[in-house]
Parts: sequence; C-alpha cells; structure tokens
Amino acid sequence: MSRSSAFKLNLWNQQINLRDFVFTNMTPYDGDESFLSQATPKTQQLWDECLDLLKKEAAAGGVLDIDTETIPGITSHKPGYIDQNLEKILGLQTDKPLKRAVKPFGGWRVVKQACEENGRTLSPQIIEIFSKYRKTHNDGVFDAYTPEMRLLRKTGLITGLPDNYARGRIIGDYRRLALYGTTKLIQAKEADKLALNGSMTDEVIKLREEISEQIKALGLIQEMAASYGFDVSKPAETAQEAIQWTYFAYLAAIKEQDGAAMSLGNVSSFFDIYIERDLAAGNLTEPEAQELVDHFVMKLRLVRHLRMSEYNQLFSGDPTWVTEAIGGLWETGQHKITKTAYRFLQTLYNLGPAPEPNLTILWSEKLPENFKKFAAKVSIDTSSLQYENDQLMSEFGKTDDYSIACCVSMMETGKEMQFFGARCNLAKTLLLALNEGKDELTGALVVPDIKPLSAGAMNLAEVQERFAKTMAFVAENYVDTMNVIHYMHDKYYYEQAQMAFMDSKVKRNMALGLAGLSVVTDSLAAIKFAQVTPIRNDLNLTTGFEIKGDFPMFGNDDDRADSIAQDLVGAFNLELSKHHIYRDAIPTMSVLTITSNVVYGKKTGATPDGRKKGEAFAPGANPMHGRDSSGAIASLNSVAKIDYAQARDGISNTFSIVPQALGSNRPDQIVNLVSLLDGYFEKKAHHLNVNVLNKETLLDAIEHPEKYPQLTVRVSGYAVNFIRLTLDQQREVIARTFHDKM
Amino acid sequence: MTDTDLKIHSIETFGTSDGPGIRLVVFTQGCLFRCVYCHNPDSQDLETPEMRDLALAELLKLLENQKPYFGNLGGLTFSGGEPTVQASKLLEYLPKIQAAGFNVALDTCGGVWTSVVNQLYDQVDLVILDVKHIDPVWHQKLTGQSNLTVLKNAAYREQTGKPMWLRYVLVPGWTDQPEFLHQWGKTFQTYKSVQRVEILPYHNLGVYKYHQLGRKYQLEGVEPPTIKQIKIAELIFRQYFKTVVVH
Repeated sequence: MSRSSAFKLNLWNQQINLRDFVFTNMTPYDGDESFLSQATPKTQQLWDECLDLLKKEAAAGGVLDIDTETIPGITSHKPGYIDQNLEKILGLQTDKPLKRAVKPFGGWRVVKQACEENGRTLSPQIIEIFSKYRKTHNDGVFDAYTPEMRLLRKTGLITGLPDNYARGRIIGDYRRLALYGTTKLIQAKEADKLALNGSMTDEVIKLREEISEQIKALGLIQEMAASYGFDVSKPAETAQEAIQWTYFAYLAAIKEQDGAAMSLGNVSSFFDIYIERDLAAGNLTEPEAQELVDHFVMKLRLVRHLRMSEYNQLFSGDPTWVTEAIGGLWETGQHKITKTAYRFLQTLYNLGPAPEPNLTILWSEKLPENFKKFAAKVSIDTSSLQYENDQLMSEFGKTDDYSIACCVSMMETGKEMQFFGARCNLAKTLLLALNEGKDELTGALVVPDIKPLSAGAMNLAEVQERFAKTMAFVAENYVDTMNVIHYMHDKYYYEQAQMAFMDSKVKRNMALGLAGLSVVTDSLAAIKFAQVTPIRNDLNLTTGFEIKGDFPMFGNDDDRADSIAQDLVGAFNLELSKHHIYRDAIPTMSVLTITSNVVYGKKTGATPDGRKKGEAFAPGANPMHGRDSSGAIASLNSVAKIDYAQARDGISNTFSIVPQALGSNRPDQIVNLVSLLDGYFEKKAHHLNVNVLNKETLLDAIEHPEKYPQLTVRVSGYAVNFIRLTLDQQREVIARTFHDKM
Repeated sequence: MTDTDLKIHSIETFGTSDGPGIRLVVFTQGCLFRCVYCHNPDSQDLETPEMRDLALAELLKLLENQKPYFGNLGGLTFSGGEPTVQASKLLEYLPKIQAAGFNVALDTCGGVWTSVVNQLYDQVDLVILDVKHIDPVWHQKLTGQSNLTVLKNAAYREQTGKPMWLRYVLVPGWTDQPEFLHQWGKTFQTYKSVQRVEILPYHNLGVYKYHQLGRKYQLEGVEPPTIKQIKIAELIFRQYFKTVVVH
C-alpha cells in the first residue's frame, strides 16, 4: 500500500473495523485551546457568501428554491458549488446551495403540498410516476393501518410518525468510505452476501436483496464523487481527502433520504489521525487544518430538506440533526479528545454559533480538564453544545465507539441502527382513563371497557387501575403502528446508501418514546396527595379539575413526586416490551419531545395537575414550567433519578441559565459549569442541553416565556426566575445584566 | 425566638455568587441592619409568616444530595438575613456539617459581636464579610448601625489566620466616594486573610418587595452604577488588593 502504510496496522487492516483503526492510530490531546486558528480569508469569504444565501432564504420565507422536476438519488444532480474557487470540501445535495430536492419515495402527496405551500408546483410527471407506477412508503403504510392505529393517530395519542417522510435516525459509519474506498467495501459486502445462504427464510431473502442495494449505492457514490473529480474507489490519502470522502458518504445519505434526524456520527477523532499525519509531514499547516474543518462544517450547516408546514409545527426551526459526537473514553480509560475535537468546537467561533451540526460532548469526569473547560467556555459563549453521559452509555451499550442518533440516542457506530418510533402522549393516555376510554376533547371511544370513576374527588387506586389498562392498550397499538411503518419503510424507502456503511447484520432497536412525563407525574401526585375532583361537561368528559390542598411536584428533588416519575417510565417501558417488534428489534424508550411538546399540549385537554387545556407540556423529561421552584440543582436531581436502564433511547433535559447565574466572572462561570456537568452525570443522569443565554435570548424569553421555564437570574445573593418577573423588571434585568456590552 | 431549628427565609440549591464553586445557600431569617438598599427586606424581621425551620438532619440530606456538584470548591454558605443573628444555632450545626466533609462559608454583615460569633469565625472555612462603608457616620446612615463591630469582626477573623473575602456594595452617591474607597482599601490591604474583594454593583430589583410589604423604598430614583463608576471603584481597590471581582 502507499501512504496508508504509515498507519499502525491492526485488526482494521484485515476487516472493516473503524473502532480499531481510530483506537490504534489516534493521538490524544491534553493541552489547551491556544493552538487553534481563526478563520482563514478563504473561509471568511466563503462563509460570507453562505450568510448571504441564508439571508435570502429567510427573506424568501424559509425556502430559497426547490427542484420540483428531479427525482432525487445519489447521482441525480450534476455537481453543485457555493464558490468553486474557495471551497475545500465539495458537494451539495442538489446543483445549487439551499436548493431543496423533492423526495417522493416517502409519499408524493406530502411533497406536492410542501411545494404548493412554497408557491411551487410539483412536476406532473413525478406525480404520475408515484401515483401510477411506483408505490410510496406512505401508501404502503395506509394500506396496512388498522382502524385503531388511525384513531390513535387522529386523536394525537401518537404524533410525529414517520409515515409520510423518511424515518431517519440511521447513522452510516461514513468514515468507512475514507478508510477503505468503495472497492474494498464492495468486496466486503459481496462476501457477506455470499455467506448468506442456506434456507431462504424471509429475513435471508430480504437481507440478500438489501446487500445488493447497498452494493449498487456504493457504485453510485463512486460515480457521484467522480463527477466532482475524486476517485473514492481507493482509500483517502490526505486529511483533505479523508474529510471529503467522509462527506461524500454522508452526502449520498442526505441526497437519497429526508429523515427528520440524520446524524453524522463520531468523525472528529478519525479526521484527526489524517490531520496529524499531514501536519507531521509538513503537508498541512494549522490554519489549513482548521480551514478543512470549517469548510466541512459549513456544508453541514447547509443541509436542507423540504417539509410541510404541519411538520414544521412539530419540529420547528428547520432542524436537520446533523449530530456529531465528540469525546468520551475508550474502554481502557484513555480519553478520546484530539486536537480536532477542539477544531470542531472552534467552528462556533470562526463561523459563529449555530444549531447544526448538533455538537454533542460525550462527557466524562475523566476528560482532560483543559477540554472540559474549553467546552464549558464554548457553551457559555454560544449555547450551542449538548452533553451526554459517556460512562452510562458505554456501559449499557457495551461499546466505546458510538454515535448519537438525532438528539440523545446512542448507537454503536456502523453496527447498530434504530427504527424511529416517534412518541406517545402519556398525558392523554391518562385522560382516557378518567373518561371511560374516550378522547376528552371529542368523546370518541378509543379504549374499550374502561369503567367510569366514582363521583367526587378521585381515588388513586381507581385511577391507577384504569390508567394501567389505557396504557396497555395504547402501548400495544403504538408498537404495532411502528411495526407497520418500518415494514413499509424497508420495502419502499430503504436506506441503501446509509446501510452500505454499516455491517450487513446490524443490531436493531425500536426507539419508542413518551411525552408528557412531568404532566402525568404531577397529575398522579395531585390525586395522591391533594383532593382532585374532575369538572365534567354535558358529555361527561373532563374539562378541568378542582384541586384542594398542596401536592409535591416533579423537579424539586422530592422523592414523593420523583418516584412517581420513575415508576411511570418503568411501567410504560415494560408495556412496550411485551409486544412483537418488527425484525426482532429491541424496544428502547426515550423521554424526549424535541419541540413537539407544544403540539402535544395543544391536542391534550386539561390535566389533573392543574395544567389547562392546550397548554404546552414541558420538553422531554423536564419538570413542568415554573414548578421546579427549589433551584437548579434540585431540578437536575429530579431528572437524574429517572433510570437510564428503563429509557435506553435517552432522557432529555434542557437547562437554561444566564451567564451571571453561573458565576460572577468568566473563570468562575467556566469552573462552575464544569462542576455542574460533573455533578449531574455523577448522579447517573443521561443528557443535558445547556443554554447560557445572552441578551437576545432574554428578549426572546419575554416574547416566548414557555421556552425558558428555568431561566434563572442572579441578583447577587438571591435568585429569581426570569419569566416570573414583570415586564418592567425583565427589562431592568436586561439592562443590568448586559452592562458590560452597552 | 424559640430554641428549635434554624429559622430560614429560603434556600438556593445552585448558589454561584456567595463563595467559591457551586454552593447550597441557606438564607437565614432576621437581620439587625436596615440597609437602605436591602433587596431582601422580607428577610429582615426575626419572625415572619413565610419563614420556615430547617433541621440539621434536613440540611445534611440536602447537602448529601448535592455533593457531586460541589467538586473541590463548593459547599454550604449561610447567608441571610444575617446568619450571625442565629449564631448559637449555627454553632450547633457546624461541627456535624464539617465532619460530614462539607466546606462552610459564612456570608455576614459583621454586625454581631459576641463570643459565640467569635467561635463561628474560628470554625467556618470561609468568612465573606460585607463591609458596607468605612466611614462610621455613612455606615450608620446606610445600615442604621455603626461599623464598629464590623471592623472588630474583620480584625478577629484576620487573627484566626483563616481565609476571608470582603464585599462592597457600590451605590452611587452613597458608597462611591473615592476618599472612602481608598480608606477602605488602606484598612484591609495588610490583611493576610483577604483572598478576594468583591464589588457588588447596586441594583433595584428588590424594589417591588418594598411595595408588597407596604414600605417606603429609600433609594427611590437612585440608578445602578454605570460601567464607568464601577471601573473607578475597581481601579481604586486594585491599588490595594490582588484579586478584585465585580459581580
């Protein structure tokens, strides 16, 4: 071999094994951020051009352009450029930046509507093809849905189902293209296929067909790369090539699919090996290395999918969840921080803060202090990082080479995939129990044989008995709905490009989820510790609840409430695991809502905790807005009590704080945020979104208080909840807090 | 006051401005000063309907729940109100808290001088002393009390040889006279115990509480200090102290 021989050989040279390659060749970095470079003039110029395009996109109402004529695929579009003379990393989803492709394989009606909502018309030819000759995923699903499934969907008990667009959540090990090239990868896939012989069961036939599709995809990727002037049949030789090859692999995935969340993986330590080698050989300088990472990240920030406005309500802000996981430890205890981990974070300074790529720090107390402090600093400056508990995930997942699917879900890179299971509305499930199995808003019967409650104040045992029944019914139909969806997705919208970068025999999870945890917890606490009497309308449906007395609430480190949350998560997880799951996937559950907590709230009547009809739920596993009144640590401790073993797909917590509340000066703030993360994860918590908010955010909080339930303002010696201040006080805080900038 | 448990106004589980690291801050009830700018006037009276008891066992449990967040720096801070008003109770709690491995800071106005308070000063890991004015007349005007005991307490802590932070609330027109800032600096510059000096710029966020309590707010119309005013005070203090932090 040529320059690849400079790498230390090990297992990776005999089998497809990225973990082994990175483990064997990575250079851990314990130093600080002083080596980092600013954006080069080329980067600045290119990013300015991108910013200009982004402005135009915003001015156009959020969608700049749509290619309404082309059925997209890996090679459907000719090469596209932002500015060919400046770009170090090439490739776009279509022929122009921010021009969105139509993806009719998921469902052509959705695509047609999305085009119309943006003032365009979907090509009649595409409609003809997908309505007459080529069935879509969406059509398949609705052919198989049962009346119960349709009802659960219609009532909003399950929402956000990937039944009319791509399911996403699958992460190809995109590093494989760079390390091996298509020739080797195809050889390996051919060998896998050859070994799949014997009795032709459904599963074997299916897998043989899928591997064939994957091999075709690898060929198409080679063709796509060639159109940009690169030969990816061979392994990448330089840092630039390694990043470029990896991006081509990811690009193929996002050209072909429009999954809600399409993570990148854990590429930083892999890139670092090539960068270190080029730096050592004198073929690359630090500014050039940073330039490569900056240009790569720019591409990730320009990823776009075409969505209907209904979708945007559920997942607002045009997110793509290009999640990159950084950090963590190897099983030997050696940390995985490289200089390129720093370079990725540095993009938030060189290009400014941004939600994408979704940079996720796999936190361990044992990460180098320098890196922990730098990450904390970046959080304080940009509010753009999230953190997850590395020890918890690597222990449960039994792997030290993993990525994060979507927001919070760990997947062993290249070896494990999940079926995205959206989520189930647990608060509405509780209301079914209080309304004889009927939808509290429409009176439609959803769950049969639920007896009425005794009149007067509710009795906990009576409620729990009925709730167990509605939960069982909803869980069963929810799982079956997901089975239908994923059966059809495999059949009509298979991820050939992504699966080409995974092992042929993958581990599969069914990533189910629940929404409304804190609402149901507080509701049951209210019924248990206070007197709660339903108020009913003419149809005998609950419209509100009269609450007499106090009750403990989730988010105050009070076991009386927190144990209810723990039990709920365990109980629902158990219900989900009772049922057959498509392709023998393992059911995992998340407590995660993204932004759908608002829509779930809208579809849910008043609840026994005092929450009004239509009011938003708290996001993910967060305590309900404003009810965690015992301070930030108490709130974090409550969420940390939820057992990760019962919610393996992740427990999401969003934490918002103003810089001044973290400490009175920057060094204190950094040290305190590090301590906060160390403490939270020592409590075996799973995930934390950290918002350290600036003035603009506080102004936004005045407009949208529901987004900032925990926003804390220190007023030296005393703390107040920002959204509880009067408007005048809020203005005062803004004036005072930002003294140094005015 | 009955001799039961510590009377407290409130608890902050994520205290980051009353001592180093992340701290559990217990705001005790009752204060002997009546500072014109007090932002917690509801904590001044020794007895209020809203106050509650905090038993030692409950406090120890809270600390235990919070321990992982403390790291090497954090711990417990008694603030107020004025914690030394309940000095005997604190002295009773203190050994058990420290024996359980928690760092304890005392955030005080220094207004109480008794042998029990002396013992507290002997034992806490950090004293955060708020010397609100160096001039006795101004101090009286500002707080309703002379600064005599405050200065005695400062000197007492200095001779214990244990660390102390000094604090200063900067109020335009009341505490920003350059000559007094210099005098303040000169008074403490030789103190070996002083690790850090903190300037707390005055704010008027507590004003609404006066309205709620039906009390007159004496600093009506006084604006928080400007960046320039803060900088001037900071530069004066920097002539005397190595570490000056502005909140």
